[in-house]
Amino acid sequence: MRRPTRGRVPLLVALPSLVGLAFLLVPLVGLLARAPWSTLGTRLVGPEVGQALLLSLTCASLATVLCLVLGVPLAWLLARTELPGRGVLRALVTVPLVLPPVVGGVALLLVLGRRGLVGQYLHDWFGVSLPFTTAGVVVAEAFVAMPFLVIAVEGALRAADPRFEEAAATLGATRWVAFRRVTLPSIMPGLVAGTVLCWARALGEFGATITFAGNFPGRTTTMPLAVYLALETDPGAAIALSIVLLVVSVAVLVSLRDRWIGGAP
Amino acid sequence: MRSTLPAAVPLLLAAALSACGSPEPAAGGEVVVFAAASLTETFTELGTRFEDANPGTTVTVSFGGSSGLATQIVEGAPVDVFASASPATMDQVVEADAVSGKPAVFARNALEIAVPAGNPGRVTGLADFGDEDRTIALCAEQVPCGAAARQALASAGVAAKPDTLEQDVRAVLTKVELGEVDAALVYHTDVLAAGDEVEGIALPESAAAVNDYLVATLAEAPNPDRAAAFVAFVRSEQGRSVLADAGFQAP
Repeated sequence: MRRPTRGRVPLLVALPSLVGLAFLLVPLVGLLARAPWSTLGTRLVGPEVGQALLLSLTCASLATVLCLVLGVPLAWLLARTELPGRGVLRALVTVPLVLPPVVGGVALLLVLGRRGLVGQYLHDWFGVSLPFTTAGVVVAEAFVAMPFLVIAVEGALRAADPRFEEAAATLGATRWVAFRRVTLPSIMPGLVAGTVLCWARALGEFGATITFAGNFPGRTTTMPLAVYLALETDPGAAIALSIVLLVVSVAVLVSLRDRWIGGAP
Repeated sequence: MRSTLPAAVPLLLAAALSACGSPEPAAGGEVVVFAAASLTETFTELGTRFEDANPGTTVTVSFGGSSGLATQIVEGAPVDVFASASPATMDQVVEADAVSGKPAVFARNALEIAVPAGNPGRVTGLADFGDEDRTIALCAEQVPCGAAARQALASAGVAAKPDTLEQDVRAVLTKVELGEVDAALVYHTDVLAAGDEVEGIALPESAAAVNDYLVATLAEAPNPDRAAAFVAFVRSEQGRSVLADAGFQAP
């Protein structure tokens, strides 16, 4: 493998990359510059903030688990089988990426709401109604975030050489052992990247959540919803909440990255 | 993608140039209006009529929760006219010295109970809003319809048990239209706008929950002449009849 190039970075790369970096980071600076630092402490001690933050972290994590349970098998199906119409299927999986999240939320209501295609039976037979519940938040977040995981894992699976699995099989490994000991380690970077993206997208989810799960403190008000509603009357409070969400999510992502893949070089 | 690029460039240039304040013909130009979500139908109609009466003028209306719109104006959005659903949200803009002249009340709107067609939750009055078993939607207190709802419920002595506090009145209405909630508090005009899918139950306490709608031209208006003309049109005989047809009360 070639070592990364040392020395001078070509200007054609340096200039746009610096502009790109500034483009991504300057809005963050704007948030920090406008933050009400003197009153930050008093703004953030309210029970609502802790409640919303805990709810956000819990729901994003549960949504990520749901995406892993459903998404990894789906990625395997797309990458490793000769399913007819696989190309169309792959395109359909990415629909939640291009759909405005609010529309995704309405679509979920039409299917899982208590008058919905499926939801009416859930409601009539089991008394289960997902809208306006914490479970509804998890469903909305998983709907929007799962494509990130599926695409990342599918890409990793297609890049991994299936002959190693076949070799493991000839040496007597069961399919599960071959998957766990051979396939999984080889797709690990893709799986981690997909999981992190999925979690991050779920954490920041707003449109589908407020449309499908509504907004009620302690039950469905996640941080992005709290930020949006605070913005209606008190931009300072909204900025303070955003900073908390940013700090917590960056801390989680950095620590997980170090732990899972031993720190990137 | 490539083929659309040459067409997009002159457009962008034109937009950039007009944003730099190149003089517009006196009678024409664009009027940018920020209006409360509950004004969606009426202000779309008023915009079209104003355009018809003033050839060469275009009216662009952006609808949303009044508080969010007020925040955007205070943060410097280039807007000519603001129409809010409550004095409190207009005050936000007035306090930031962002209006020119005095805001005027141009319409009033009463709260009403909205239920899905057929009233599946058998809701009869505000007292049902305190029932844990019914699914109830209200506006969040940060937006005018939420503040009005709180006032109405308080004056009726009902401790409401809402399941969701929505970001604007139209989001509440959507939940009713889809039958996902048993009852909600919205404006009378919203019930009318929703047509057959929603039934309204008038509030006996409605006197306590009538909202004033205010309109003002803004200090930073890019097109102050047309802005003033549009506000005058909203308050004119013709403007009032459009508002009255939608169920608004005269100020």
